[in-house]
Amino acid sequence: MDKLFFDTNAPMADLDRVDGRAKVTGAAKYAAEYDLPGMTYGVLAGSNITKGTITAIDTKGAEKAPGVIAVITHLNAPKIPGYDEGTNPAKGQTGGKGLRIFNDNIIRFNGQPIALVIADTFERATYAASLIKAQYNKEAPHTDLVDAMKTDKPLEGQRYNEVVRGEKDAWKGAPVKIESTYIMPIHVHNPMELHATTVRWDGDDKVTVWEKTQGVKSTQQSVMQAFKLEEKNVQVNAQYVGGGFGAALRTWPHAIAALMGAKKTGKPLKLVLTRPQMFTLVGYRPEAIQKIAIGANTDGRLMGMMHEAAAITSTYEAFNEGLVKMTLQLYACANVTTKYNIYQLDVSTPTWMRGPGEATGSFPLECGLDELSYALKMDPIELRLRNYAETDPENGKPYSSKFLKEAYELGKDKIDWKRRNPEPKSMKDGEWQVGYGMSTGLFGAFRGQANLAAKLYADGTLLLQSAVSDSGPGTATAMVQIASDAMGIPANKIRFELGDSSLPPGPTQGGSSTTSTLGAAVSNACVTLKKKLAEAAKKSPVFGGDVAVESLDFSKGELSLKGDDSKRLSYGDVIKGAALSSIDVIENAVPNPAMQKYSAYSYSVHFVRVKVHPLTGVVRIDKIVTAADAGKIVSYKTAESQMIGGVVGGLGGALMEEGVIDHRYGRWVNNNLADYHVPVHADVPHIEAYFVNKPDPVLNPVGSKGMGEIALIGFAAAVANAIYHATGKRIRQLPITPDKILEANSI
Amino acid sequence: MIPFDYARPATVGAAVASINKDATAQLIAGGTNLVDLMKRGVMSPQKLIDVTRLPLKEIKEANGIIRIGALALNSEVAENETIRKALPLLSQALNAGASAQIRNMATVGGNAMQRTRCPYFYDTVMPCNKRQPGTGCSALKGYNRMHAIFGASDKCIAVNPSDMCIALAALEATVIVAGAKGERRIPILDFHRLPGDNPAKDNNLQKGEMITAIEVPVNKAFAKNSLYQKIRDRASYAFALVSVAAALDIKGKTIQQARLAMGGVAHKPWRLTTAETFLKGKEATVANFQQAAALALKDAKSYGHNDFKLTLAPNTIVHTLKTLTGI
Repeated sequence: MDKLFFDTNAPMADLDRVDGRAKVTGAAKYAAEYDLPGMTYGVLAGSNITKGTITAIDTKGAEKAPGVIAVITHLNAPKIPGYDEGTNPAKGQTGGKGLRIFNDNIIRFNGQPIALVIADTFERATYAASLIKAQYNKEAPHTDLVDAMKTDKPLEGQRYNEVVRGEKDAWKGAPVKIESTYIMPIHVHNPMELHATTVRWDGDDKVTVWEKTQGVKSTQQSVMQAFKLEEKNVQVNAQYVGGGFGAALRTWPHAIAALMGAKKTGKPLKLVLTRPQMFTLVGYRPEAIQKIAIGANTDGRLMGMMHEAAAITSTYEAFNEGLVKMTLQLYACANVTTKYNIYQLDVSTPTWMRGPGEATGSFPLECGLDELSYALKMDPIELRLRNYAETDPENGKPYSSKFLKEAYELGKDKIDWKRRNPEPKSMKDGEWQVGYGMSTGLFGAFRGQANLAAKLYADGTLLLQSAVSDSGPGTATAMVQIASDAMGIPANKIRFELGDSSLPPGPTQGGSSTTSTLGAAVSNACVTLKKKLAEAAKKSPVFGGDVAVESLDFSKGELSLKGDDSKRLSYGDVIKGAALSSIDVIENAVPNPAMQKYSAYSYSVHFVRVKVHPLTGVVRIDKIVTAADAGKIVSYKTAESQMIGGVVGGLGGALMEEGVIDHRYGRWVNNNLADYHVPVHADVPHIEAYFVNKPDPVLNPVGSKGMGEIALIGFAAAVANAIYHATGKRIRQLPITPDKILEANSI
Repeated sequence: MIPFDYARPATVGAAVASINKDATAQLIAGGTNLVDLMKRGVMSPQKLIDVTRLPLKEIKEANGIIRIGALALNSEVAENETIRKALPLLSQALNAGASAQIRNMATVGGNAMQRTRCPYFYDTVMPCNKRQPGTGCSALKGYNRMHAIFGASDKCIAVNPSDMCIALAALEATVIVAGAKGERRIPILDFHRLPGDNPAKDNNLQKGEMITAIEVPVNKAFAKNSLYQKIRDRASYAFALVSVAAALDIKGKTIQQARLAMGGVAHKPWRLTTAETFLKGKEATVANFQQAAALALKDAKSYGHNDFKLTLAPNTIVHTLKTLTGI
């Protein structure tokens, strides 16, 4: 932990996570941990085929099994009123209709739920579900992107049109150029906490749901829409979420099934997905095959770029993400052409996964830049600086803030880049080959709308409330920190309540926007609180009548007159003096309209040092430095942890994560955590995370930008680039496992 | 998982009697593999015979032989002082296997009995001759990156997943089993089988037999010069792409005797006898190691995704011998 690079004017608090103790002691309760009187347990049985129709389904064995209360299939499923609408009750994707569970006999992907078994215990429901027998009219599965690119037409529409900025194919005329294809497999979110829904209906039109969700309000909306319920009659709780990474951004069909099942039996129901179901029922990062071409002048100035991506989606939804956008946004290059193709396969619908779009697109882009740097015999950082965008290359707008240069410098210094011999295959440590690599990550810095309630009590404590989820980054901690800094109230006297849809509507946690969006609401609420305190203080003899808020200092957790701090009054005394029990504020914070004149991005720069064993192809990452321009850092400890977590995710994507489907059957081969590898502790070296920590002056009053996505975006490219530097082998397919190192040709 | 009965016999005799009496009964010790197989519906015993309380945990040395009780935990054996001194290869191999949590549950007998991790064996929807004889081998033309390069058949190309057994193969251990007719001793290399036409059968244990102990002869020269090298996709908690157990008796620069076994390459621990014979009396040089490795790979055959093993296997043999001899 190095604090030298922090803006010394910024608060340097190291607040512990406010929910940390509850999480590590097991006191925190997650969606599957609510036990209601008379609870029943739902287990989903999945399709064994990938494509076709169910011709018969035998549920008798399951129905007769001990403890079974009900079995629901497409033949007897209660009608979901929202299914009749054109819109999707499990909304969230960008086109098509979400899977309408048990609505018809059509099988669209392997593992698609064909029955819900409800029993009095989880074990009995699990056993009974294994007795469901279906007969199918089977069709040949089509799940292979490589095949689809040969035989199918990609989807058409505005989102898939070729984008040409400047001159098309300009890269071809450049004196120095590269052209390569990069392949990234399916990545699966795999949060530790399995998706779970616990449901209790109170009559036909009122329901309480404990759900694993990144947005309690969006889940509430989905439930209202599916079952035609009033807002006040749908209560959604998600006080704790055990990781989401995007997989909990939408209300998935299993949640609808749980609601349906509990309604049918009239009993509370808990449904927890199995780990294999986590691979098929809650999305994944789509496989992508991407072509990149970059041409430059001999001085390294980019003359043209081309980025064409192909990715997969389901047959029933067109899932889109900004796969090729980063190539348009990151560098100052007049001539850029992009094309985004998606192919509809017999798979379940993908979804946003940490760094959605850019995490995939940055792999060819940032490896491509690296390839170009060697072709130019130019330092890869220097190449990036020569093409540094001072204004947004897409629209010429100025940036609300951009400190990417500072991040390059910071990271370069910390990894000790000057020790890197520019020649590939030139550095060794014993028999290990050593290499340095770097990359850039970019993600839009967003801000949405948030409502917040703040109550300052006479005992000096402050309560903040908003209907948001915290899927892990430490939202409550950051909000407490912002309020503590603004009001001068110690953090242990501030409580942030979330995860409850009856609270003032807050944003869904996605797109690295929560601190920006919600932090603005907290910041604004504190401004209003101060005004109200000043107003209430009029009644106190201390200030002798009217006192302007501007003439008061709040930094010590009390009102004191600037220039004469003998005149002071605690918040509690102001409140009591005004005969109030509390001062209340309801804040509705909306984006700054001034942002229309600006572009806003967060940036990361990843540096890695790798060792590669030439005989066995084993790769060890022995040093990682990540430097970020994420605006002002609100809460240092949670920010650092978030960067470290994202980097570990990036490391997994670079070296081991790969979702494998056997295309002969369209069926998953490695849908468990023994075969789908994520990093273990021994894979992860000490990770150094640094922040430029300069506030963005426009985006929000806090000065923060997003951080969750950039922690991962670009990381795989940094690793691949370091491996090239170590070995002279350019590996263009993830994950970079020993076999790929051994089979690749060296320069 | 299907409903099942459970019994906990008090003696080895009673345990053996239980599995002899009931064809659907299955012994369970640590359960680190069997419970997974039951959850996935791959194995469906109607009765579990829990042997964990039987007095078979002792590790003792007598007359140059170390006897390890079948119920000694993988972690206990790996950390045992006698084993670390006299059989460091075994200790290394055990520590290279699974995760700390699993090693704390898994027993030595159970380790030898664990089944392949071929994904097609684990998925009851897919064809698999080992799980359901006659349905075909899905791995043969499927995703076979982890699969065998030695001794496979067109019925099955799965590999034995054990690390422990690779070290035991190099050390020429003996498996002691108890059955209705009394005790039987099986050399470790005869314990596991090649798939041939009957891949459903992993080993030569007969119906109603259970492992009670494993005996390993002590060789002081090997104890000084042995190494288990496991190459895998992540640093820990992953099965071997290939592994090599090597032990050398070396005087000056001359190899008096070599023991080499490989994991991740066959349906059973794969002993490299041709390479061992070649190295006997040779100098420890990289060129000799390379030649030994090439001889070891002579009959290797790959199936597509595992083609890389034809390079990785000899490289790992050379790498292991280089590391071991400090060349």
